[in-house]
Amino acid sequence: MAQIDLKNIAHSYAAAPSSEDDFALKKLDVSWKDGGAYALLGPSGCGKTTLLNIISGLLQPTQGAVLFNGADITSKPPEARNIAQVFQFPVIYDTMTVYQNLAFPLHNRKVPKREIDVRVRRLADMLELSKYLSRKARDLSADEKQKISLGRGLIREDVAAILFDEPLTVIDPQLKWSLRSQLKRLHAEFNHTMIYVTHDQTEALTFADQVIVMSEGEIVQTASPQDLFERPAHTFVGRFIGSPGMNVLPCAIDNANVVLAGHEVNIGRSVTLPSGAERIELGVRPEFVKISTDEDALPVTVEAIEDAGRYRIARLRLHDLQLAAILPDGAALPSGGTTGVSFDTENAHIYADGHLVERQA
Amino acid sequence: MQKTHDHKALWLVAPALLLVAFTAVIPLMTVVNYSVQDTFGNNQFFWVGTEWYREILRSDRFHAAFLRQIMFSATILAIEIPLGLAIALSMPKKGLGVSVCLVLMALPLLIPWNVVGTIWQIFARVDIGLLGHTLNGLGIDFNYTQNAGAAWATLIIMDVWHWTSLVVLLCYAGLVAIPPAYYQAARIDGASRWAVFRYIELPKMSRVLLIAVLLRFMDSFMIYTEPFVVTGGGPGNATTFLSVDLVKMAIGQFDLGPAAAMSVIYFLIVILVSWAFYTIMTREDFEPSGGAR
Repeated sequence: MAQIDLKNIAHSYAAAPSSEDDFALKKLDVSWKDGGAYALLGPSGCGKTTLLNIISGLLQPTQGAVLFNGADITSKPPEARNIAQVFQFPVIYDTMTVYQNLAFPLHNRKVPKREIDVRVRRLADMLELSKYLSRKARDLSADEKQKISLGRGLIREDVAAILFDEPLTVIDPQLKWSLRSQLKRLHAEFNHTMIYVTHDQTEALTFADQVIVMSEGEIVQTASPQDLFERPAHTFVGRFIGSPGMNVLPCAIDNANVVLAGHEVNIGRSVTLPSGAERIELGVRPEFVKISTDEDALPVTVEAIEDAGRYRIARLRLHDLQLAAILPDGAALPSGGTTGVSFDTENAHIYADGHLVERQA
Repeated sequence: MQKTHDHKALWLVAPALLLVAFTAVIPLMTVVNYSVQDTFGNNQFFWVGTEWYREILRSDRFHAAFLRQIMFSATILAIEIPLGLAIALSMPKKGLGVSVCLVLMALPLLIPWNVVGTIWQIFARVDIGLLGHTLNGLGIDFNYTQNAGAAWATLIIMDVWHWTSLVVLLCYAGLVAIPPAYYQAARIDGASRWAVFRYIELPKMSRVLLIAVLLRFMDSFMIYTEPFVVTGGGPGNATTFLSVDLVKMAIGQFDLGPAAAMSVIYFLIVILVSWAFYTIMTREDFEPSGGAR
């Protein structure tokens, strides 16, 4: 187990990177605490797998250093790093039994047979694979195979970290949930540092204590799931996380007041913009948009009501701005009608050029 | 839903049936027909039952040719399969080298068999052949027209030169189809190069290897053109393989009945051995899962 630090890491797949655009991963510093459960969340192609492969050693970063417990291991190959990685689709050794698959990493490291046996059986119990031990691994279903790949990581008790590269992609939806909770349980039990790459926000938010949101090779925000929801540091995070994502509405600041499409909006505080800010936006999640008949409510037309099962989403229009609101249970709202909305003042944020403008104390 | 019972389907398979009948079944049955009769010309045939079969199966000449054939195919397989695997494993996986290697590998396969025979017939000649002349110049007594060992060596080297490429190309196709995650997982699991070969590459290549073994077995077991061109079956009977012998019997001596019986036996041997290879190589612990992903 280990604390992992990335210092000044950047990576380019081009042989001779000349401009910023050549970098799949732009300069970044990250620290992963020993025993933490982290998620790397971002859209496809944002550099999260690149980052993961740099930690595991499958990739040599163009620049920067990787430290495990303070020791520089940047130039070490994967086998010398003591990490485990679970891939997008299950990697199993076809001709081996489940037992042999689980024993393989120990076997390669010349662990005595008796110790291998004890560990394999104990781990198989935890992973609920005991009844398959003597079966050929290729005969198992996708989720069981993925458990085997995970098991090959967990079997090495001294493993520094376990990395997951979108491990649930090929798993049936109803099994995803059970596998994910099993993973949480194993994390609590073993206390390994776990880094989980995904583009699925539900996976990231339910798995991790800390979520690292990435976009175009950069880290946009590192925060707890709750903070990501309540205080997105960037409009990208607001839009990317949430279903539907945050309403991001262009606005103006007039005398420290927010002006939205000609209407003054009460967000419960005054705003001081950083100097030189060009693009000013108001961000508020659909959960915090309330249907209101107060006098100072914003007049909106209802364009559509979508039923998302557990809740309904109202698609609204304020002049030429579109916004979404999540309707409370039983609220009757005719499609095509007009109504008023107000924002939860605690959860309405101002963004300057995409970045959150911190509220003054 | 009510099933309709008519014979429309028969019309759909009829063309294929007809084609197979004319290309395979009818010629084969003609041979079977010859093999149970005797003829003295004039289109007169006499029923002899299984006499020709008994004669062939007891004949020393057939035993000798059969043994030579088995030896030849076994040697070919023992050289070409491991060599093909080794070359495929050492070929580059990306970059310009890939196309260069692939083209070089494909070249021998593009040459007609009798041309291959002619090339080696000249190449190995003592008087004007580069190989034959050089070897003799080095003091090695190499003459495929007089020495059985030299004749065998020439034919085997020629076949290896001609057909190892096929094994290489098949193996290479199997190799590049292995997803990179397998190699990455193996590195992380601390697997040795041998373990990667044994537990990832070999199982993933088992299907193409099976095809390679079957093709090379059947092809080498039926070899005719090259020995005919290079050695004509000689010196003596040293390179008279089954098909060379068969042609001598059927066309040289015009023994239609025994030749037909020999053809049928020959055909059954090829099927039997191919089936044996297939069964052994698709045994449960050798075969990879169907759609690996």
